[in-house]
Amino acid sequence: MGTAIRIDDLWVRYREEEDYAVKGLSLRIDEGEFVILMGPSGCGKTTLCYTIMGIIPRVIKAEVKGSVKVFDLDPLTASPTDLAKYVTIVFQNPEMQLVTTSVYEEVAFPLENFGLPKDEIERRVKEVLEVVGLSGLENRSPASLSGGQKQALAIASVLALRPRVIILDEPTSQLDPQGTKRVTDLILKLRKEFDTTILAVEHRIEWAVEYVDRIVVMNEGRIVLEGDPKEVFSREIRPERAGFRPPQVSEIAYNLMRSGVNLPTIPISLREASSILRGVLDEGAGHSRS
Amino acid sequence: MKEQAIVEVRDVSYVYPGGVKAIDGVSLSIKPGEFIALLGQNGSGKTTLAKLMNGLLKPTEGTVLIKGRDTRKMTVAECARIVGYVFQNPEHQIFASTIFEEISFGPRNLGIPEEDVKRRVEESLKFVDLKKPLNAFPHLLSVGEKHRVAIASVLAMEPEFLILDEPTTGIDFGRSLQIMRLLQRLRDRGKTVMVITHDLYLAAEFAERIIILKDGTKFADGSAKEIISDKRLLIDAGLSPLQVTLLSEDLKDYGIPTNTIKTMEFVEEFLDILRGGRGSRG
Repeated sequence: MGTAIRIDDLWVRYREEEDYAVKGLSLRIDEGEFVILMGPSGCGKTTLCYTIMGIIPRVIKAEVKGSVKVFDLDPLTASPTDLAKYVTIVFQNPEMQLVTTSVYEEVAFPLENFGLPKDEIERRVKEVLEVVGLSGLENRSPASLSGGQKQALAIASVLALRPRVIILDEPTSQLDPQGTKRVTDLILKLRKEFDTTILAVEHRIEWAVEYVDRIVVMNEGRIVLEGDPKEVFSREIRPERAGFRPPQVSEIAYNLMRSGVNLPTIPISLREASSILRGVLDEGAGHSRS
Repeated sequence: MKEQAIVEVRDVSYVYPGGVKAIDGVSLSIKPGEFIALLGQNGSGKTTLAKLMNGLLKPTEGTVLIKGRDTRKMTVAECARIVGYVFQNPEHQIFASTIFEEISFGPRNLGIPEEDVKRRVEESLKFVDLKKPLNAFPHLLSVGEKHRVAIASVLAMEPEFLILDEPTTGIDFGRSLQIMRLLQRLRDRGKTVMVITHDLYLAAEFAERIIILKDGTKFADGSAKEIISDKRLLIDAGLSPLQVTLLSEDLKDYGIPTNTIKTMEFVEEFLDILRGGRGSRG
């Protein structure tokens, strides 16, 4: 398995800013890996994603030092068309990327640009609209959709391109649980069928905690915590500081530990929490032994 | 004597120009001092209902009364004096070139004397804890700061009832907590608050009453405890039950009440059982 994204000692500073938004960051993401990037607003997550996409410094001017590689391409110098075959992004605000007059066109348009045959385009549009739950709305204007539907459409139009790396900037921020469930199913399907590498910026983790390979936590331009979900949540995460909330079962466990209850491990899923807490209650003596 | 509702929605339907029926026969009553979370899937009619409640939209059928007056017979400004509405996306609301202009716009429109306007701007900014110069350009603020400017500009109208449309969407969880705590303080000062949200966790931690819309109709309306602990109802409404309620249900044989909806509530129940030996110990 190859490396999909490789970042070495990356520094990024916006033109009018004194401080660097990303400060000497290094990160390697393997092909087919599902990584979630978390951290408070302004920690540099979006800057990092935009640099991987080449949007920085091409569209948004900034000073960039260090190296970024997406497979063999350098996003800082590669042509946008070449880069688009490897990596695409779904923006946090879907309005930023909806450009056409119908749901169907929105998905078909980039495929037409790539010169795909008509029947293949039709097949892919049908497939992705079904996956994101927009079947039947083909003729609606994107502007008339609800916030969540717009986000689903933005995701669909990127998915149809079947890029090798997808960056999702808060894919579930405007989605209800059903929409979130669809995004989860979609991510699992992409990985299984196409070995797609997924880097998602998120504030919410419960939906993904059982599927994500690695969580990378940033603060003030640096990576401050990194590991699989079990490692990341093994020590107390304080939402006010981290910018996100741990799974509720972990939060319960932190508070029980603080009250003197000995738990063998911090649970991250419901199943795990249920079995650990049953153990404590059955034993009936988990309290204040130290 | 029956307390007068701040907003009374009576059998209201709303059809958008173009024919989409967004609200279909909804009735409900908002009492002074309530902290309500309005939930529902995307496209369920939440924003439309909110705009009907503050007179931005007038019902196609039925009646909306604000303190007993029909919104059809009130101007938007008259409605806004009592029911304030904070838009989902602060960018849709912020238009002025300084923070002062932005926040003073509402009260000035109400014909408030300039002296009083200044006081209201200062108090609102203090309340949302935004420490920026009054002449700063609002569009250059961070998303979290813009949210606070948007809330301050509605607060400056000193409405009795505040409706916030997804105030925690798109901002990080630490800031979401800050906003919810701010709303709680407003409620403690006697305001009525309704928050539109997708975040059942925040709804459980902060709201006392939950209203759920589905396909433009009122699907559920009741106390937070009653609604949020009803797993089947939530799933039918397209919402995911909280881990805390699922865990409580899993451990009900040990004596954890199945209507536990808050993290600390669970922790206390659990500790009680451990300490006092309540329930069975297997």
